[in-house]
Amino acid sequence: MAQTLTETAGSLEAMTPVPYAVTATRQDTYDTWTLELEPVNGAPIVPGPGQFNMLYAFGVGEVPISNAGNFETDERLVHTIRAVGAVTKALCAAEVGTVIGVRGPFGNTWPIEDAKGKDVVIVAGGIGLPPLRPAIYHVLKNRKDYGRFVLLYGARTPSDMVFLDEVKSWQSNYDVDLDLIVDAGDTDWKGKVGLVTKLIPPANFDADVAKGFIVGPEIMMKFVAQELMNRDLPAESIYVSMERTMRCGVGLCGHCQVGPTLICRDGAVYTWAEVEKLLAVKEL
Amino acid sequence: MRAVLAPEALEAIVEVLRRRDWRVVAPTVRDKAIVYDEIASAAELPIGWKDVQAPGSYRLERRDDEARFGYAVGPQSWKRELLAPSARLLQIERANESFEVVKNAAETKRTAFFGVRPCEVAAIKIQDRVLIGGSYTDEDYLERRTNSFVIAVNCGEPAANCFCASMGTGPKAEDGYDLVLTEILDGSHRFLVEAGTDEGAELLAELPQQPAEKADTTAAEKVTDAARKRMGITLDRSDVHDLLLANLEHERYDDVAKRCLACTNCTLACPTCFCTAIDDANSLSGEGNDRVRKWDSCFTLQYSEMHGGGTRRETKSRYRQWLIHKLSTWHDQFDTLGCVGCGRCITWCPVGIDIREEVAAIRATQEAKS
Repeated sequence: MAQTLTETAGSLEAMTPVPYAVTATRQDTYDTWTLELEPVNGAPIVPGPGQFNMLYAFGVGEVPISNAGNFETDERLVHTIRAVGAVTKALCAAEVGTVIGVRGPFGNTWPIEDAKGKDVVIVAGGIGLPPLRPAIYHVLKNRKDYGRFVLLYGARTPSDMVFLDEVKSWQSNYDVDLDLIVDAGDTDWKGKVGLVTKLIPPANFDADVAKGFIVGPEIMMKFVAQELMNRDLPAESIYVSMERTMRCGVGLCGHCQVGPTLICRDGAVYTWAEVEKLLAVKEL
Repeated sequence: MRAVLAPEALEAIVEVLRRRDWRVVAPTVRDKAIVYDEIASAAELPIGWKDVQAPGSYRLERRDDEARFGYAVGPQSWKRELLAPSARLLQIERANESFEVVKNAAETKRTAFFGVRPCEVAAIKIQDRVLIGGSYTDEDYLERRTNSFVIAVNCGEPAANCFCASMGTGPKAEDGYDLVLTEILDGSHRFLVEAGTDEGAELLAELPQQPAEKADTTAAEKVTDAARKRMGITLDRSDVHDLLLANLEHERYDDVAKRCLACTNCTLACPTCFCTAIDDANSLSGEGNDRVRKWDSCFTLQYSEMHGGGTRRETKSRYRQWLIHKLSTWHDQFDTLGCVGCGRCITWCPVGIDIREEVAAIRATQEAKS
């Protein structure tokens, strides 16, 4: 099971957006921006790796977005957002100084404690990297607590990769087996070409003592999980982060349910054993 | 504590409660239906009315007696008192370059729900589990629930769409009430009344009453026994959880999707459906927003809207979501069934889709296969 944070609280407080000022923005790809946020008043929240926040664009609405901050050394909230709807477009248009609403953190965390002493295999697809970034930093900063660390990152094209310079710096500065791949390269791309699943058979980890964390589109997570299982990693040792529409974030509005589970309450991190059958049913 | 009330004593209930400055909400006739609304006198109860229900059909008819509770359930449920159809949670105002939030704490008057059916008592208990039984407490609901006082009325006149006996939620309320009445029409018209809480007993003590004799309790038992027998068992709940989960791709969902209009009536009429949307209503100036929580329905496309479109685009997926939630996955999520057998989803479905029939159809072909 993924780690669950137990909390008992009133919903009104949990559903009240708190003003945070944008302190830095960066355009990552043609449709993706990263915002850094600090509270207008008081101390910032400290999310666990894998938790999400509800971000509020004033007058437009709220969306759930994973935390991408490096909470090992930095209190700033970091959110990487793809501009696909009214709210995310408004958030991506934020400039330094813009105040947006934040509430959270919600959901459970990557099982970074259970993974201690074990190999860690992280597989990210496209904008799936930011939700894994807090867990990656946790492993890097506590490197001796973990066994081998494999990081596989794939995207459709090189320009769909986010945090690429930072990812490469991890390779130079830490003991990490990093491999990158794109579905289609461009003239500057000298790396591998193909699907991220291709990187799993040669990856250096011991399936008996490994934990796999995957974030990407559902179809990608499905095939990556399958490929990890082909390497004899049990479904109970493979973790994915699920995504559905959310309105409240606190288990009351019903929107994020997938069969027997409410993602905001029981997830968003699940073992593959918990969700494999659910994701196999179309439109469940 | 138990006693017998004459029909006229119902007026005393309303009087005593109103003297305490409580709201009294009860069944009353409006627009050719029995609705729940505030009453000032027991004379506003649907005296001498019955409801005739069928899939997609609801009619009021006169009875040949003066029964106060000679009907089953109407289009509304107590959900509208506890989980408000629309509640303003926050006001968010622009302030300099930032914004300020004013929280709207619900302030409600003490309210007596007079005439709560056993299936509805069960529905309230289910919503309690969902909305105030988990890690996060819905304070608006909690405030309204804390201020509620439940006067239940056991059922003697189940409608054709009622199946509480199948769901184990009626026709007799076992707990979850402050007072419970059973209307006895056999012999002299009277009510057996029992207190379920100290507060209920206090109210009962203020009412003109007779002691309950053995004949009264026997007569009351006969009322609910007959109702149970009349309904029979029309949905086998013993294995329905596993049955539906084992048949998620059943062809019956294609069939029901041809009939279902995805109109959301069933979810709005359902006393347990709790899904809500959280929307911002902007002021014309653009300087302030009301954050409003409203009833939502899994039958709309927007309900599952994400980037790239809705998760449940087809009607059959939405019907399946609703059906498995009521009878299977609700149990996984909240350790209770999500259906109380009130029959509203059948009566108020414009095309008369019957949850019992759909489950039976899935069961029939499943059994044929095995």
